[in-house]
Amino acid sequence: MIRFAILMAAAGLALSAPPPVVVENATVLTVTKGTFKGSVLIRDGKIAEVGEKVLIPPDAQVIDAGGQFVMPGIIDPHSHIAAESVNEGSISVSSMVDIHDVIDPQSIGIYRALAGGVTSVCVLHGSANSIGGLSAVIKTRWGKDAQGLLLDGAKPILKMALGENVKRPGNAVALYGDLQPSPRYPATRMGTEDVIREAFTEARAYQKSWKDYEARRARGENPLPPRRDLKLEPLVAVLEGKCLVHAHCYRADEILMLLKLSKEFNFKIAALVHVLEGYKVAREIAAYGAGATTFSDWWSYKVEAADAIPYNAALMTRKGVLVSLNSDDPELMRHLNTEAAKTMKYGGLTEEEALACITINPAKQLGLDARIGSIEPGKDADLVIFDKHPLSNFAKVQKVLIDGQVYFDRDRDVSGRAERELRKKALLDKAKQREAEQKKSSARRPQ
Amino acid sequence: MIRLLCLLLVAVSMHAGPPTALAIRNARVVTVSGPVIEKGTVLVRDGLFEAVGTNVAIPPDAWIIEGERLTVYPGLIDALSTAGMPDAAPATGSARTPAPAPAAPQQPRTRVRGPEDRPSCTSWLRAADQLDPADRRIEQLRSLGFTTAVVFPTRGIFAGQGAVVNLAGEKKAMVVASPAAQYLTLSTGGFLSFPGSLMGVMAYMRQMYLDAEHYRAERDRYNAHPAGAKRPDYDRALEGVIESPRILLPASREVELDRMTRFARDLKQPTVLYGGTEAYAAASRLRDAAMPVLVSLKWPERSREADPDDIDSTRTLEVRERAPSSPAALAKAGARFALYTEGQSGRDLKLAMKRALDAGLQPLDAVKAFTLAPAEIYGVADRLGSIDKGKIANLVVTDGELFNEKTKIKYIIIDGAKYEPAPEMGEEVAR
Repeated sequence: MIRFAILMAAAGLALSAPPPVVVENATVLTVTKGTFKGSVLIRDGKIAEVGEKVLIPPDAQVIDAGGQFVMPGIIDPHSHIAAESVNEGSISVSSMVDIHDVIDPQSIGIYRALAGGVTSVCVLHGSANSIGGLSAVIKTRWGKDAQGLLLDGAKPILKMALGENVKRPGNAVALYGDLQPSPRYPATRMGTEDVIREAFTEARAYQKSWKDYEARRARGENPLPPRRDLKLEPLVAVLEGKCLVHAHCYRADEILMLLKLSKEFNFKIAALVHVLEGYKVAREIAAYGAGATTFSDWWSYKVEAADAIPYNAALMTRKGVLVSLNSDDPELMRHLNTEAAKTMKYGGLTEEEALACITINPAKQLGLDARIGSIEPGKDADLVIFDKHPLSNFAKVQKVLIDGQVYFDRDRDVSGRAERELRKKALLDKAKQREAEQKKSSARRPQ
Repeated sequence: MIRLLCLLLVAVSMHAGPPTALAIRNARVVTVSGPVIEKGTVLVRDGLFEAVGTNVAIPPDAWIIEGERLTVYPGLIDALSTAGMPDAAPATGSARTPAPAPAAPQQPRTRVRGPEDRPSCTSWLRAADQLDPADRRIEQLRSLGFTTAVVFPTRGIFAGQGAVVNLAGEKKAMVVASPAAQYLTLSTGGFLSFPGSLMGVMAYMRQMYLDAEHYRAERDRYNAHPAGAKRPDYDRALEGVIESPRILLPASREVELDRMTRFARDLKQPTVLYGGTEAYAAASRLRDAAMPVLVSLKWPERSREADPDDIDSTRTLEVRERAPSSPAALAKAGARFALYTEGQSGRDLKLAMKRALDAGLQPLDAVKAFTLAPAEIYGVADRLGSIDKGKIANLVVTDGELFNEKTKIKYIIIDGAKYEPAPEMGEEVAR
């Protein structure tokens, strides 16, 4: 009887665990461990083995990628897809808000990013204010609910911002029909520094109030706990190194200001975002140890973004900065591989360095390089299969795997189009019929 | 003096009061709490049900209604309404609908710093105090068979406290239970005023309930040992929040239903969702979470002003097609739900109801969703929602199956008093 139960349990386990997957005959671009022709074995959603020859288990699902290229899933460290709200722009310190609350798993941007080979995304708060909200790191598991998208185990990430967006001097807003200047402080870059300094000063006092409370409790007293403050809690987490900071910035002067300010409060900026003038202060950024996440060749959309060059990524890389590329845009997000290729044209990064800008480097900036960003045993099986080399303009994504499961398949997408059209037509016909019926019944109604 | 008062009281009750006893005999009685009685009697005394059954002795002082060919239902409850509420905003239940304007612009305008300034908050407002019995919508609802509505102030984020009210009688006698719940919306002020975003409203609510917990602890501590202690500040916003036995959160789309179910756990408040348009896609999850939903009968439709050349997305079309199946899906899954009219009446309401029934909602489940279900959701099933001895005598008497297009409402009985549908409104209902 007991033996039977064990057998049943074993059978149950075998049923619940997905079968192993092997991607074979591909050119494998591991990014961190070189490039070779071979196979990848996936077990339980993780990469189990990578090599020129891997043992194929009898129950494995085999994907023949003959003549094709496999690379790690692309990581976009700065995007706003799938967020139902992006900015809490009404106040200058809005660290109480959290993108996790507003993830919309039905947002089509997720599928489009997936079809472009993106498997992990940091959905950031916008840049409307000096200290924005908490961000959410998701995987593009199209079809799952909001909780199912989250990359569990990701550290919280706080968005900060500098420059034109946050100071908005003289930006007129309609107030009861009249145009009036935005009443929000700050109006200058000096003011921005002040807002951040004040917020972290407040956070320190808050941190102390809790420490005092704990100390009194330890002495056997029974004090009332301090009022919990959702605005200050994330800032305390930053001070204690439990929360990463990604800071939107453009100009060299403001970049240096922020690096200095963070040293004053003894916290670390994990990544400078946009950082279009980063090439001017690359040595200082490298010495500080902040990452930089930038565009390849997108600038001049505002004054502070004017002094930019396409060599930014390459120059910063050569000075020892950890550089990644991001999209900040649902369209650009669909061809980050092309953006990576531009760093080879402008500044001569190697193939591996270029690919690192959209894989392992953003993974490091998000604190997730132990999980994602390269094809190595033990990491999440997030893989993209391209028909040509991903750094070619002509490469098209064929399949995308996340945690070893196929979430995008080009053939399936193309062959399903006719059926989707038919479904839509049926719905349209029904809607028309309903409208006609309603008209008929309202015509019968006496006027 | 006392004798004179007594005399006066008697005179008043003889003049204006309903007959003390009323019996409907030989009618089909849908008790909702028990099986349907095919030929039964309902005896009402002093505004309460005194007896229900096949074998009820009718006392000599009772007025008698012959119930042959009539069906008796518990009075219908509109689970979310603004009837009797002066200038309330519509209760649409989605974060995507435009924000209702604030009740009155605050002059001079001060900049809101965050949750601590309690923006868009009138949590202390009570529908029971605001109620205007002369509001035409009260008579309109009554003529549709509604004896009760749960009415709310609806402006702002913490809009205020609802009340369960009977839809007839003097104002002071109308209120059945108050406060019923705190009405919450997700309205936002853009870049001008906190909260300016969906996540901002949610953060605000979270902070508010944390503050309420702290406020209560501080107050209790002070009240236990006031001597030598600093007295805590008084905060009417938190008082209003603490007084409410449950909260109403808007959730219409599938993602909103999931999001607000999770959010309610976060807030640690007994919660009811309202909207429910896409509940067809989330019915089993709502059941598993034991999350009650108020489903609006205003099904999504293409706007009449829409450009005829615009083609809607497949998703939009699908939602319009499937939304009326939400009540049926919830009933099938065994989830708790009630229905509300969202201000519709006459032909619109009949059509909306027909679509829900055509989509598989069983007529008895529909009756329950307008009677016992809302009574249970608001914690007043001990006095409303079914025809049982001791409960408030609210009834709707029809000449056929309720929600059938040809059925006419004959009488509405509220607190034991008999009303007939207003003629012009009855006409509208009958068509």
